[in-house]
Amino acid sequence: MNLLADKKIKRSQEPMASAATPDLDPGSQTAEAADRYMSRGSGPVARARTQVAAGLKPAAGLPDLKPMFEVQDLNLYYSKFQALKHINLTIPAHQVTAFIGPSGCGKSTLLRCFNRMNDLLEEVRIDGRILMDGRDLRGPQTDVVELRTKVGMVFQQPNPFPMSIFDNVAYGLRCQGIKDRVYLRQVVETSLKKAALYDEVKDELDKNATKLSGGQQQRLCIARAIALQPQVILMDEPTSALDPIATLKIEELMNDLKKEYTIVIVTHSMQQAARISDKTAFFLLGEVVEFDDTVTMFNNPSDKRTEDYISGRFG
Amino acid sequence: MSRQAFDKELESLFSSIGALGAKVEQIMDDTIRALRIHDVDLARRIFTQDPDINAAQNNIEQFCVNLIALQQPIASDLRGITATLKMLTDIERIADQCADICEIMSTYPEFVNMPTPAPVLRMFEVAREMFSAAIDSFMRRDAALANQVRHRDDEVDTQFSNVILEMSQLLQEDRTQVSQATDYMFVAKYIERMGDHATNIAEWTLYAITGNRKAMAEDQAGHSKPLG
Repeated sequence: MNLLADKKIKRSQEPMASAATPDLDPGSQTAEAADRYMSRGSGPVARARTQVAAGLKPAAGLPDLKPMFEVQDLNLYYSKFQALKHINLTIPAHQVTAFIGPSGCGKSTLLRCFNRMNDLLEEVRIDGRILMDGRDLRGPQTDVVELRTKVGMVFQQPNPFPMSIFDNVAYGLRCQGIKDRVYLRQVVETSLKKAALYDEVKDELDKNATKLSGGQQQRLCIARAIALQPQVILMDEPTSALDPIATLKIEELMNDLKKEYTIVIVTHSMQQAARISDKTAFFLLGEVVEFDDTVTMFNNPSDKRTEDYISGRFG
Repeated sequence: MSRQAFDKELESLFSSIGALGAKVEQIMDDTIRALRIHDVDLARRIFTQDPDINAAQNNIEQFCVNLIALQQPIASDLRGITATLKMLTDIERIADQCADICEIMSTYPEFVNMPTPAPVLRMFEVAREMFSAAIDSFMRRDAALANQVRHRDDEVDTQFSNVILEMSQLLQEDRTQVSQATDYMFVAKYIERMGDHATNIAEWTLYAITGNRKAMAEDQAGHSKPLG
């Protein structure tokens, strides 16, 4: 949907384009139609030349699709149980990637690998690699504390600290030794704005965060993660404890946040994955069955098991 | 986990397309018969059936919209419902075009003064076969059959050219049959459109099965799914 909307916007921004954008035109799939466009002088080449002649600049703001994480042959064992089996996938930067699949299929386990939360569990054994900016997350040179500032996490249950709204958001920065009140206030305000919470709490930043509603608490947790200027925000079923309106706010927020951050979300709601994500990975019994553009996954999945799961016929 | 209630509703939706298809097949058969033997009474009766077809179309459309609203179908379910919605228009148009032919026949008495040209009847028969095969291909999720339908449209077009050539010649040679000749050109055009609508139905069937309206049967035959 967004893709279509984007293209419409682009078309309206191109005053020189006389013909419809080719890939939206019903006839343009065929060679004959392409020939027709060309002979009329309104085909893509002719249009591009006209634009060059008119001195137009290339369209800005194209999404950066460089990989954020490259998972390479990852296996994870809880004691003797293998929870992840030969996972290979690439999480693109500045996109929302959704992990879907039945309970116990390994999606949260993989999510937790991205900021090494599994390190805290006993009897976990991992082999394979996860590259971030070309470096193995699990390598000895990785500072885990630094990694977790770069890769923030939001959980299923909102977990604000029992302190004021301000102190919650400033917490991470204070841990880093930052005491400059002006700077802290500035970051708290920006983070709350980015988490779409500022307008609701700006007059009561001293209020205890536990007094906020569930949806507000969850957005506060997002603001707390944002304050550390992460590259990635991991979300583990972030709306499953929220009502539909609070859910919608978080979903809208994700769409805004992906411009600055890479988002990976685990969700049990297929419709949520369809609404908010650019890429979807379907997990089953510790394997990634299918990983593709969300629009492809929900229109024409290539694996029968994906089709059965997303259309509610699994099992 | 399964979706028995939804599956039943889908099955009932798809059989309603089969039932509507059967009605329209009957209308096509009757129209061919009326044209062949110039049965004006039959033509009049066919003409009066059109509101029933329109009503059926509206009901099925509403059914599709309800399923989308209430069941949030995705993947092949969504494609099946989308294809149903799209082909409904084509099915209804074919019935409309039969009604239009019957209207000409029952409104202008001089129409029956000239025997129906053979290529008109021939192209109508081909369009009728294409329509049946298109509906069958959807009901059986048979991509190979849908592809055959797509390739038969040329036969209709060839006969259409024959009708136009024959009638143009007649217009030049015999000034007494101008209105009949032009009427038969209209009739041929209606039938030519029926061939196009049958082709559309076949293409929506391919979309329902493969996700691609122009897909070759052999590409994705393994992806097809039987109804119900």
